[in-house]
Amino acid sequence: MIRDRYRRLLSHVVMGLCGLAVLVALVPLALILFYVLSQGLSSLNWSFLVDMPRPVGEPGGGMANAIVGSLYVVAIGALFAVPVGIMSGVYAAEYAGTRFAEAVRFAADTLNGVPSIVIGVFAYGIAVLPFRQFSAMAGGVALGIMMIPLIMRTTEELLRLVPGSLKEGALALGATRARAVFTVVLPAALPGIMTGVLLALARISGETAPLLFTALNNQYFSTDLRQPISTLTVQVYTYANSPYEDWHRQAWAGALVLVTIVLTCSLLARAATARMSRLHRGA
Amino acid sequence: MPRSRIAVRPDEVLFRVGTGIFASILVVGVLAIGFELYRQSRLSIHEFGWQFWQTDTWDPVSGQFGARPFIWGTLYSSILAIVISTPIALGIAIYISELAPAWLSTPLVFLTELLAAIPSIVYGLWGVFVLVPAVRQLQAATPAALKSLPFFTGPPLGIGMLSAALILAIMIIPFSSSIAREVLRAVPQAQREGAYALGATRWEAIRMALFYARTGIVGAVMLGFGRALGETMAVTMVIGNTPRISWSLFAPQHTMSAVIANEFSEATSDLYLHSLIEIGLVLFVITLIINVISRLFIWSMGRQRRTRPRAEPVLKAAA
Amino acid sequence: MKLWKRASLAAGAVLVAGAALSAQGIINGAGATFPNPIYQKWFAEYNKLHGDVRINYQPVGSGGGIQQVSKRTVFFGATDGPMTNEQLLAADGKLLHFPTVLGGVVPIFNVPEVKSELKFTGPLLADIFLGKVTKWNDPAIAKVNAGVQLPASDIVVVHRSEGSGTTYIFADFLAKVSPEWKSKVGVNNALNWPAGIGSKGSDGVTGQVKSTPGAIGYTELTYALTNKIAFGAVENKAGKFVKASTDSVTAAAAAAATKMPADFRVSITNAEGDAAYPIASFTWLLLYESPADKAQAKSMVGFMNWALTDGQKFAPEMGYAPLPKAVVDLELKALEKIKTQ
Repeated sequence: MIRDRYRRLLSHVVMGLCGLAVLVALVPLALILFYVLSQGLSSLNWSFLVDMPRPVGEPGGGMANAIVGSLYVVAIGALFAVPVGIMSGVYAAEYAGTRFAEAVRFAADTLNGVPSIVIGVFAYGIAVLPFRQFSAMAGGVALGIMMIPLIMRTTEELLRLVPGSLKEGALALGATRARAVFTVVLPAALPGIMTGVLLALARISGETAPLLFTALNNQYFSTDLRQPISTLTVQVYTYANSPYEDWHRQAWAGALVLVTIVLTCSLLARAATARMSRLHRGA
Repeated sequence: MPRSRIAVRPDEVLFRVGTGIFASILVVGVLAIGFELYRQSRLSIHEFGWQFWQTDTWDPVSGQFGARPFIWGTLYSSILAIVISTPIALGIAIYISELAPAWLSTPLVFLTELLAAIPSIVYGLWGVFVLVPAVRQLQAATPAALKSLPFFTGPPLGIGMLSAALILAIMIIPFSSSIAREVLRAVPQAQREGAYALGATRWEAIRMALFYARTGIVGAVMLGFGRALGETMAVTMVIGNTPRISWSLFAPQHTMSAVIANEFSEATSDLYLHSLIEIGLVLFVITLIINVISRLFIWSMGRQRRTRPRAEPVLKAAA
Repeated sequence: MKLWKRASLAAGAVLVAGAALSAQGIINGAGATFPNPIYQKWFAEYNKLHGDVRINYQPVGSGGGIQQVSKRTVFFGATDGPMTNEQLLAADGKLLHFPTVLGGVVPIFNVPEVKSELKFTGPLLADIFLGKVTKWNDPAIAKVNAGVQLPASDIVVVHRSEGSGTTYIFADFLAKVSPEWKSKVGVNNALNWPAGIGSKGSDGVTGQVKSTPGAIGYTELTYALTNKIAFGAVENKAGKFVKASTDSVTAAAAAAATKMPADFRVSITNAEGDAAYPIASFTWLLLYESPADKAQAKSMVGFMNWALTDGQKFAPEMGYAPLPKAVVDLELKALEKIKTQ
């Protein structure tokens, strides 16, 4: 009896601690968001969203080119990281016992620990130097490289957790392995995989260092893949490091815009996945 | 059908090769990075050899470079960050996947991922303007008795190891927590129901789920750790950027990523540049070592339990 | 599915269109952070006069500027510290230095008990940053600041954590006035600082100094002026205590104008002259003698001609000191060496 009571008490204590953990994590979040809002909201206006940067001292000036640029390089990165990440995850999950799969997993974990700046230097070496040109493409490559481990590991872990019965059912019905994995197992794990993809996107949208060596930055509006391109993070970084109050305020406004964009995309993607999985399950 | 015939079926081969190509891209990519790091640090490797890992001097003017203070700073700050954040991250993951009512879980997921959406430079700026002054006050208020311990020596500057570890911990919570949450959610309901049927309390059922998903959980923590090892911007703004080895949480120190970020653009000599890249190589090697250790850890976790049935703790309690 | 398909087609179209519409004639440059504000102003003003010339400059740091221009990944570079002979040899061609504007480095401090201005001699600054003078009421400081009540608090040295041209200029001055600094620390963008903590960026240093009682640091004059930060006066070679200003910085360059080397690589710290501010420096733009793109070269030379003459009027209001006329004349002649055909 006492043993039971102890177990129940322990259970309640642990549950309480978990709730506490949530609160503890929410405190810095609230503080940071409040800070970004309070610093950035006052400088955020319509001209900020549509103007190009202006030299200090001139009124107005905005980050329109940086906003478009950020979306651009993140899209390029995702374009090449999502397929590589998901496919590698599928391989590692399907051929889990093999030595190569272990190597792939190891490689992903190692890549995850490489500092963003080292990846930037690497991308500089392979995508900028040979062409003697800073470019949006190189920026996308650097960001893509950073996304791969997160996507790959998430995909792999979640695929392995899908109950074997689902896949076996598909195979028993005569599906090829490819079909079983892509039409049954992967969609079952999709919400979780989506989390991985979104986390990766969120992380790289906020990266500065790799872009400094690849996409550089651009005072003008440009969507040319082969030219330097402006991004919110680099622009915020440059402005924050400058001696001008006006540029500091713009830096905060830029940070606010960045966080808002990442959040909105995250929300939209989640809503879309939820809808997709509902349709898929026929609910 | 004989096994060999299935294995060489064309669609099977296509699947394996197709996904394998992508997997190879990843492996080749990582090897390429390692190789590039080695190639671009050859001058420094030749000049310093293994001394590079053991020397404390970092003098760009005289050309003396040693990486030990940076290795110390990176490991100390990252391990501290993991120690602080893992319980919190797991707590959040457990709460959202097991305990929260349905209406609460979606907003909580959203809020946790919000932490990941904040750019590292914003963390850095917030760190400098809000966290560091708060830590400075905390440091100034340390009771004298504690001050004599090696962990708390030094003037209350605010900037230093403690601020860096705190910022890192906050930054990696969403990563470990989100993956752990997804992994927990994917544990089949049947497993949980089985535990409850055997009379488990909530916590015991959750423990069982944690064990079931243990490789995923360790993976989640490792992802967070990797992030902490490689974080550059936020750390460099609050750690003090002083290469030195100190146990004190109050002391300004330095990390490998921070020194590369700070000095790469301005490196004036080839030896300097190569030394900085060699630091990148050192970090790469350390990440490899940590990965090997964590794999051994998972493997041993699996080994211990293999000889005992999983339901044992619950059965024991019910007796 | 339809929505996805449409969205991805649209995205693809934008990408292709963007790639096709290649940015005509944007000239890319990278380099020092110190002249970034005035360079941005110049490029914008010049673009108003010549709409087809668009120059994109990014403040990645002096070393970065030298690295990139040496590899020709950018058309021009900019640096606060002149290139060494080794660096010039390593470049992909002959690089020319062109001073564009002048700046100064000032000592900033935060001593709440002191309401008046503080004076420093060169050797005193060196001793403070070497960590030899550790308290504000040290006799060395009191000697130079007679009549000022100095507290017994510790001096907290703050320096730049990252490599920077500002550090180079400051160290260059200290090496000239303190043999111990010269042998122990030396001159470079990044140093093995014997004392103090490192903060990132000018605002990092200023922020740290502002929030740490007893702190001392150094930063660009433009930065101190625009952010209204108190800074001290420094003793110059003639023995006068001079507070940095656009006039005193230009005075420092005037002396050098008479013995300017042909490649314009000269240090003007600790300059001669009563009114000269001792911690001053040129900042240079780096251009190839034989650039790869002749059309861009022509535009760039046209810009330089404007910047060295009409452009100088924008300098003082932004906290920079304009170039002395003698130096400008020499440069305009040197610009003709650049092959634009």
